Amino acid sequence: MALGRTYSIALVGLKGYIVEVEADIGQTLPAFVILGLPDASLNEAKERIRSAAQNSGIPLSRRKITANLIPASLPKRGSGFDLAIAMSVLLAANDIRPTGHTVFIAELGLDGRLRPVRGILPAVMAAVQAGYPEVVVARANVAEAALVPGARVRGYATLARLAFDCGADPQDLALDFEPEPEDQEDPGAGVVPALAPDMCDVSGQAAARRALEVAAAGAHHLLLTGPPGAGKTMLAERLPGLLPDLGDTEAMEVTAIRSLCTLPSGSVQLVRRPPYENPHHTATAVAIIGGGSGLPRPGAASRAHRGVLFLDEAPEYDRGVLDALRQPLESGEVVIHRSAGAAAYPARFQLVLAANPCPCGKATGKGVDCICTPTMRRRYQARMSGPLLDRVDIQLEVERVSLASFGQPAAEEGSATIAARVRAARDRQLERLLPFGMETNSQVPGRLLRGALRLKAPTTRILDYALERSALTARGYDRVLRLAWTLADLSLRDVPDGDDVGQALGLRQAASASP
Amino acid sequence: MLGRRGEELAACYLEAQGMQILDRNWRCPEGEIDIVALDGDALVIAEVKTRKSLAYGHPFEAVGAEKLGRLHRLASAWCRVQGLRTPAPCRVDVVAVLDDGIGEPALEHLKGVG
Repeated sequence: MALGRTYSIALVGLKGYIVEVEADIGQTLPAFVILGLPDASLNEAKERIRSAAQNSGIPLSRRKITANLIPASLPKRGSGFDLAIAMSVLLAANDIRPTGHTVFIAELGLDGRLRPVRGILPAVMAAVQAGYPEVVVARANVAEAALVPGARVRGYATLARLAFDCGADPQDLALDFEPEPEDQEDPGAGVVPALAPDMCDVSGQAAARRALEVAAAGAHHLLLTGPPGAGKTMLAERLPGLLPDLGDTEAMEVTAIRSLCTLPSGSVQLVRRPPYENPHHTATAVAIIGGGSGLPRPGAASRAHRGVLFLDEAPEYDRGVLDALRQPLESGEVVIHRSAGAAAYPARFQLVLAANPCPCGKATGKGVDCICTPTMRRRYQARMSGPLLDRVDIQLEVERVSLASFGQPAAEEGSATIAARVRAARDRQLERLLPFGMETNSQVPGRLLRGALRLKAPTTRILDYALERSALTARGYDRVLRLAWTLADLSLRDVPDGDDVGQALGLRQAASASP
Repeated sequence: MLGRRGEELAACYLEAQGMQILDRNWRCPEGEIDIVALDGDALVIAEVKTRKSLAYGHPFEAVGAEKLGRLHRLASAWCRVQGLRTPAPCRVDVVAVLDDGIGEPALEHLKGVG
């Protein structure tokens, strides 16, 4: 029976499904048909496969070839199925030995070389999880595929080599064809890596430095308001440098998303540092959340997963874009529906918003230079108010740098020192919160704050008073408590005291007290 | 010349397969049937394609959907002219002949191609 069967992986979002590729050679006039909801790039596979096989010295059968991708109802896209289909057809023609449960993921070049594809990491993860640890990929994808624990990865440069290893007759095979390695010199190699922004570059700004440290320690969302040139962007850029390294699972998630977004370069490593995404304020909801035609692709929110999403000039964003962030802020995940299916991408990021106080940007302090009317100012602020700001724990006003603190060389603490304190604070949080299934103070719900983690009445007196006076909402009350816990963790205290609560209230209210 | 030789070979081959050749190179305004044969009860309309080499593709690849459609129309035209009602099983076969003029010509036969 002229039937071949191989396996590949279809990615829907970050989730991969095993796809069985059947090929049948029928005794009728030559044709090549691919079944199973292929998209345009997958349909072009026919021509790639025919040429690649021809040029590798194992031409495909001159009969009707039918390739069926199972499950047929799952939409499939991209060029990663090329190799699996080619192997399946060669198998159907008895040109090679059966390949068992090996999963093939690679694109074919017309000359028969195997080309790397995107999303190898999530695909191989899915294969291993589904119990198919044998994986064959293009040589340029090997480093990335090998990151997956438990995967037995083989990389090949050409179809001819692979066919030879699978028992094809070596007589006609184009085995001397050896494409030059396409590690196209790692773009990073040779270039001195840009110096990571360090906190010691920030002069003065004691309050902002402190707020940044607290934000990093408790993974609190942060709003920085201040005049242009005060250093909001500078501060936000330095936040990722304060965050601790990613754990194994987190690093896998981040690397998987990156693998979907970029073509692989020769040396792929696990991403251990939290990512930093800094979209422009003209970005659309699709750019931030993810989407696009066919199967949705991840947006900036997902690329910032486990890292920092920095929205500079936040009021300049479309209101719809900002509001679209509310769902991922709540659930740590975006689910996008498109015609070809729904994709879920993780999006647990730390949000940093920066805003001018008003359209002209001068309404700080006494605001004497400001030329905006109160209505303009209010309208400007209202663009990002409401439910979004409700979720931002720290709202801080950044002042202009004073002459006294400007130009004092290197008197400030560096990122490394602060990061060490942040790591210690994170460890304390983990120890306290793990029994409740949480990791950072920002995740703690009000129920728990006022329940198992309730503070003694004298400590919270100042808050109770503010609540009574209606200076603080109930939600704001919880938020201050969360910050107080982080402050206590930073000062290595087991329980927040009155000072922590007072400071937390300051961090929370600094911005809302301004005009 | 090559085509003529290929058709000769094909006809011999089909006869060797137990078919009875009814007509060859039958022409009408719409085109030509290379071979009409009877395979048991079935009427067979055979198209013969001959090539010297695979340089311009396999002979089978030269038979497209349009050609097949014409062969089916020609089949009923042939039956009409012969005064037959179209017998129930009527199929189109394609015979590919590869003849490089040196070795033994290679024949391939596809039955009932659509």
